Amino acid sequence: MALEVTKEPGILEKKESELRAAFLYQVSNIPGGEKINRCIQCGTCTGSCPVSYTMDIPPREIIALFRAGDIESILASRTIWTCASCYACTVRCPMGIKVTDILYALKRMAMDNNLFPKRFPVFVLSKSFVSLTNLFGRSYEIGLLVAFYLRTNPLKLFKMMPLGYRLWRRGRIGILPKRIKQRRQLSAILREAEIMEMIVPVIASSSSGVHRQRSFPA
Amino acid sequence: MSYIYYPGCSLESSAKSYDRSTRWVFNKLGQELVELEDWNCCGATMYMSIKETISLALSARNLALAERLKGDIVAPCSSCYTILNKTNHVLEENFILREKVNQSLKKVGLKYNLTTKVRHPLDVLVNDIGIETIKAKTEYGLNRLRIAPYYGCQIVRPDGFFDDKENPKTMDRLFQALGAKITYFPVKLRCCGGMLMTTFQDVALKLNKEILECAVENKADCLITTCPLCQINLDAYQGQINKKYGYSIKMPVLFFTQLLAYAMGASKEEAGFDQNLVPVGENILGGLT
Repeated sequence: MALEVTKEPGILEKKESELRAAFLYQVSNIPGGEKINRCIQCGTCTGSCPVSYTMDIPPREIIALFRAGDIESILASRTIWTCASCYACTVRCPMGIKVTDILYALKRMAMDNNLFPKRFPVFVLSKSFVSLTNLFGRSYEIGLLVAFYLRTNPLKLFKMMPLGYRLWRRGRIGILPKRIKQRRQLSAILREAEIMEMIVPVIASSSSGVHRQRSFPA
Repeated sequence: MSYIYYPGCSLESSAKSYDRSTRWVFNKLGQELVELEDWNCCGATMYMSIKETISLALSARNLALAERLKGDIVAPCSSCYTILNKTNHVLEENFILREKVNQSLKKVGLKYNLTTKVRHPLDVLVNDIGIETIKAKTEYGLNRLRIAPYYGCQIVRPDGFFDDKENPKTMDRLFQALGAKITYFPVKLRCCGGMLMTTFQDVALKLNKEILECAVENKADCLITTCPLCQINLDAYQGQINKKYGYSIKMPVLFFTQLLAYAMGASKEEAGFDQNLVPVGENILGGLT
């Protein structure tokens, strides 16, 4: 997708500036997150990415769009959902930008703002994973896959059965979930962390260098 | 020194052979591996990308529990290894998140002081125990075996600290010392797609195809890996890859500890060969002398 700058330089819509503030807060949580300012648009991230050929907006363009003040397009893209978390971009970036972590931050924002198709597979998988893990304290592999296929593509469940059977015969599928003993303790931690998640400290938004919007050329 | 063992969820179900062989190898070397009492899921990549503070608190519970025992965590699953290390890293650098996480742990009387180190068994075996000690314990040489060492993404990237991020050599050195021939294998760090096998299967099949192709072209007898997800993608989906691309690849994909255990005298069951979908044939087992 080509970069289209339709807005006047330096002036952001209300929604865009809200998104931007939320994004900058998320980025300020990443150790070294402010380095996103330093991008030289060399394209090493895109070149290193094993799945960039499937992305509508490759990683380098994500950063360019952010600078151009168009976070909305980023949040609606496939890119943040196809990342396989291999960290090749992060390790190779000559400017030390944590590209993978930035994509995570964008993913969280897309979810918070409901900016993606509801039945999007990655979202369904992640959501199911989180609720099963909260319930049992451990990941429940087969339950996760069944829940995922039921919600996205029930037919696929039947197609997967022969493979599932072969894995089961070799003892590689635990039919029942494993649970931790102190599930109450874990839920107490998670409940408290959920409250903590919502607290946005003032200090984070003023101390971070990424907050000066004017320093980004349009 | 005893190590605190954090098997992780995969090693309880789809990668039991990894669990079995890792315990066997450590036992044979006389190293105590104490399983962390009532550990919970580290949250993996999926949790981290949805909820930040909650996922950090989830994995910090393990680190806090291990801290009481005063020892290094040994985490065989690459994803657990990365997430636990990443939690340490983020909490060290970001005091707000550290406070938030400790506030959550305080609810149940836990506290985490950032002193738990997270290690990978490959790191412990080679750098603590030493290749020479391992070699002295082996019963078979791996003489005629050609191995493609597949590290996968998350063991050296992004926060792994025991090997090079572009060309890791730890596994190469270990198996070379045991007599195996390490094949030319430039895709040793290429991503297998991870969970994309579930969400965007076409993409993941292509990534795995390229890894298998490279191993076949370089005449490897088997692939060895360190990650449960890589193993299941390359092993269980090999049939589908063959079907889709018209190949007839039959490449056994082993956890490095399986091969190590076998060389040290474990039986096939102890090494967990019965769990591999692509059978581990006589060309491998017969090659040991």
